[in-house]
Amino acid sequence: MNDVIVIGAGPAGTACAKKLAENGFSVKVYDKRAEIGAPKRCGEGISEASQNFVGKVPERCIARRIKGARLYAPDGRYLDAILSEGGLVLERKVFDKWLAEEAVKAGAAVQANTFISGLVKDTKGYFTGVKGEFLGNEFEEKAKVVVCATGAESPLRNQALGVFSKVNLIDSCIQYEMTNIDMDADLIHIYLSGVLAPRGYVWVFPKGEHRANVGLGIIPQDKKPKAYMDEFLKLHPEISKGSILEVNAGCVPVGGMVKDMVANGFVLCGEGANHVNPIHGGGIKEAVISGQMAADVIAECLKKNDVSKKALSKYNDVWWDERGNHLKRVEKLRETLERLSDEDLNDLVDALKPEDIIEFARGAKLSVLAKVLMRKPKLVGIARHLL
Amino acid sequence: MTWSINNDKCLRCGGCVSVCPVAALELRDNIIYDKKLCTLCGICDKACPVEAIKVTKQ
Ligand SMILES: Cc1cc2nc3c(=O)[nH]c(=O)nc-3n(C[C@H](O)[C@H](O)[C@H](O)COP(=O)(O)OP(=O)(O)OC[C@H]3O[C@@H](n4cnc5c(N)ncnc54)[C@H](O)[C@@H]3O)c2cc1C
Ligand code: SF4
Ligand code: SF4
Repeated sequence: MNDVIVIGAGPAGTACAKKLAENGFSVKVYDKRAEIGAPKRCGEGISEASQNFVGKVPERCIARRIKGARLYAPDGRYLDAILSEGGLVLERKVFDKWLAEEAVKAGAAVQANTFISGLVKDTKGYFTGVKGEFLGNEFEEKAKVVVCATGAESPLRNQALGVFSKVNLIDSCIQYEMTNIDMDADLIHIYLSGVLAPRGYVWVFPKGEHRANVGLGIIPQDKKPKAYMDEFLKLHPEISKGSILEVNAGCVPVGGMVKDMVANGFVLCGEGANHVNPIHGGGIKEAVISGQMAADVIAECLKKNDVSKKALSKYNDVWWDERGNHLKRVEKLRETLERLSDEDLNDLVDALKPEDIIEFARGAKLSVLAKVLMRKPKLVGIARHLL
Repeated sequence: MTWSINNDKCLRCGGCVSVCPVAALELRDNIIYDKKLCTLCGICDKACPVEAIKVTKQ
């Protein structure tokens, strides 16, 4: 019998598997994708500092190094923030495979193209394994702990814990990877506008001098993201003149982090637990962190031979202490920004200083936003509301 | 009342799966739909980034 089966070989699953294997536990990771990391469902941007958790990313996983961010107000004015540390735009297909290889090097086994169709539960109410299918062959396999790292998309988390993403707390996204476009390719570009991207934003993340992920994410409206994207492209000939190399889509949870992520013999981590930064929808770093935290607690529980919900719930405590409460404040920040009209957003970008943007990207405190809003008489009311 | 999907428009992004409150959807090569579980709430239609799902209430 395996000590642990991990469902999903995204950043959360492989980070968890790697840490468990390093501690001497037997771990198997299954992913339904024929190719790990592909097709991508991601803008592929992370901060350099994310490497403190992810590990030093090999050059082959990096499409482009970024110096900073350009934030556009609805009226087209913009502000540049040059980051001291910069950012990376990844090649997720290569990056996810690298993470999987790291887990394998540590001693885990990984298998792609394997769909996990169900969970096995014993009569005592413990999850004890999975049912799956590999190339037409159905199988059942046992483990002391099952880790669900399926991303937000899988119904397994719903079956085990009743978890799903709330439709008013997701960013419904569409993205084109485009080439032959013009932009400042040393910066990521963020466009704010309630008209162009209500309760969301448009991003351009350069992967080369003239190649970028051009995406749009919004809290679902009557009009579809695809229609908003068409509008954005119409206004930006320097981008729409390019060619589309890849079409991606997806829904990122930007709120509603799951309070209780464990059951007897079962742990949920990564985007499946809605562990995403609510201000920008970045989930790679959070996925890795929660996978690692889950691994630490699982290792402890396996050593003590107690994988009950009670023992595993230490993971809830650790995650909420170290990440959850912080992300909850970031969620509040997003809610406030969502309330701003385009006119307010123009004022906001006008009032921002480059260092504020850097703070925001890190998931700034509410007091930072309040300080910025205070600079504009019309926004003082909203600022007071925050404090 | 009906639920339908246009597989030519579907981008296999799994967005609908993540928001379905009753786990009636699953993404394999295509979206798999479990009619027995579905309550026709229309949430999957709302989340979809393109116009691939149609839930109509008559
Ligand atoms: C359009 C878009 C843009 C984004 N941009 C960024 C960005 O720029 N930066 C950033 O940091 N984050 C971004 N994100 C979020 C980021 O992609 C995710 O948060 C991150 O990938 C989550 O990692 P994970 O390991 O939890 O899940 P995933 O990476 O989704 O991995 C889950 C894995 O589980 C597998 N799986 C699911 N169900 C099963 C099953 N039943 N059996 C077997 N395997 C299964 C899947 O195939 C998948 O490989 C973006 C998301 C979207 C949709
Ligand atoms: S209509 Fe509601 S219940 Fe039916 S598949 Fe869509 S989200 Fe699920
Ligand atoms: S949300 Fe729409 S595009 Fe995405 S998998 Fe579901 S039906 Fe297809």
